[in-house]
Amino acid sequence: MNKNYFEIIRAGINSTFQDLGRNNLYHIGIPFSGAMDNRNYLLANKLTGNNHNDPVIEFAYQGPHLKYHGDKINIAITGDVSFKIKKGDNLIDGECYQSFILENDDELDILSTNKSVYGYLAISGTFDLKFQWSSCSTNTKAKIGSNNGEKLSVNQKINVKEINNNFVHRKLNYVNTKIENIRVIKGTNFNYFSEDGKKIFFKDEFKVSKLSDRMGMRLEGKKIENIIDTNIRSEGLVKGVIQVPADGSPIIMLSDHGTIGGYPKIGVVVSADFDRLIQLTPGSRVKFQEVDLNSAETLFKLYDLETQNLISQI
Amino acid sequence: MIKNISNLGDAALYCDFGKDVNKDINTQVIKYFKTIQKKNISGVNNITPSYNKLIISFDLKKINFNKLKKIIDNIEIIKGDSIQNKKFEIPVCCEKEFSLDIKRLEKKLKMKEEKIYESFFEKEFFCYMTGFIAGMPFLGDLDENLRAKRLDTPRVKVPKGSIGLTEQFANIYTFESPGGWNIIGNTPLNIFDSTKEKEPNLINPGDLVTFKRISKEKYQNYHE
Repeated sequence: MNKNYFEIIRAGINSTFQDLGRNNLYHIGIPFSGAMDNRNYLLANKLTGNNHNDPVIEFAYQGPHLKYHGDKINIAITGDVSFKIKKGDNLIDGECYQSFILENDDELDILSTNKSVYGYLAISGTFDLKFQWSSCSTNTKAKIGSNNGEKLSVNQKINVKEINNNFVHRKLNYVNTKIENIRVIKGTNFNYFSEDGKKIFFKDEFKVSKLSDRMGMRLEGKKIENIIDTNIRSEGLVKGVIQVPADGSPIIMLSDHGTIGGYPKIGVVVSADFDRLIQLTPGSRVKFQEVDLNSAETLFKLYDLETQNLISQI
Repeated sequence: MIKNISNLGDAALYCDFGKDVNKDINTQVIKYFKTIQKKNISGVNNITPSYNKLIISFDLKKINFNKLKKIIDNIEIIKGDSIQNKKFEIPVCCEKEFSLDIKRLEKKLKMKEEKIYESFFEKEFFCYMTGFIAGMPFLGDLDENLRAKRLDTPRVKVPKGSIGLTEQFANIYTFESPGGWNIIGNTPLNIFDSTKEKEPNLINPGDLVTFKRISKEKYQNYHE
């Protein structure tokens, strides 16, 4: 019997355990997975005094409502999230990027992400989880990862294996910024598209479709015309690849993406923009902007430095 | 041999083995894959072989395109190491509820349903690669008259066990997933077992596969 656990009063829309994901399995069709927003994942763990690669709960739009049973524990939430903590008759408005102490019978109600998609809940300690291929990351489509590859549901408990007894109050001043232009490197099939199609891709606005999830983000806009072939031989994909199927609407590969695909690749989103890309809600309007490989590498260095800098401020 | 290496975004190498797709070229790709895998290059996250391409993705914090390209340019391929062939017979039910695109295919291929199935079930297939979703085998080659393009807009949900056709290949959807292949039937057999950490895939590159048509009754009773 675990003496420390969370009871799930409401599971939320898509609440899963995530960490840094799993490597070296693309060749059998198992994607990387892992937290969609890497920076906010790392910050959540630092705010609770955990190892940088410990499991957290990722939620989308509406998070879980939990009741805690057990010894005192620290929690932190990152992203742009509204949440409340109930201590007896006392209802406290939660704030992201700082730790809060939960005691026996306290409730944590993660109401919603604000104009963003994903948020993270970390605890000062470790969840009691079964790993698969050395990661907890849950891919609900493939039924891979902790919690039998399923999202959290209302009739289960989340057991805490260990509390790290690190009750220092931690806080960070940080505000997530919105992405305006998604920076991309031209894809390996860029010349499959008509001159007009290429112009549409780099000049026009696209709208994020409702049919977006951890696998991919579909975009709607003017049709990008293909003049060579709307199919290619199926070949490997990576996160950020933008495929354009015959209907002319781009699809961006995200963390749970298929490892192989057969639609032409018009571009690839630069690594520095992943965290902000995935926070775009359906209906958001975005543009693509071309950069070369050198600039993309520099942008990533800056992004990574900023992340390390934020972590060191906690 | 690799004909050209370019970048796929800022964190992957795109190794091109040329335009042709055949068993010889695919065997080359798999040899490169195995060699690079054994080298354990620091920073390499994933190596994805396909018919005639090899994509190597890496951690941009540890290595970059130019450094990794230099290593791959100078790699020596392990000689020998033949690929083992296992043989599988996959049961398939082609009732209406499972053959989602057979009518579409009749039009695309200008062939009658029965002719399509006849040609499909006669064939012995070679597994070129696995992926897209966990354990999905890419099997070739379909007869020339069975080759059709993908759907214009991929389905958001293709049911688990679906058998799909596209161009010269057949595949099996190992679980429910988005996808754009032309679906002609469904197998009750489990092709991917995620509870096995080692060898979760039933079918691997180099294996030989035939399909056997089964009735709806047999399909329904398959797991009893």
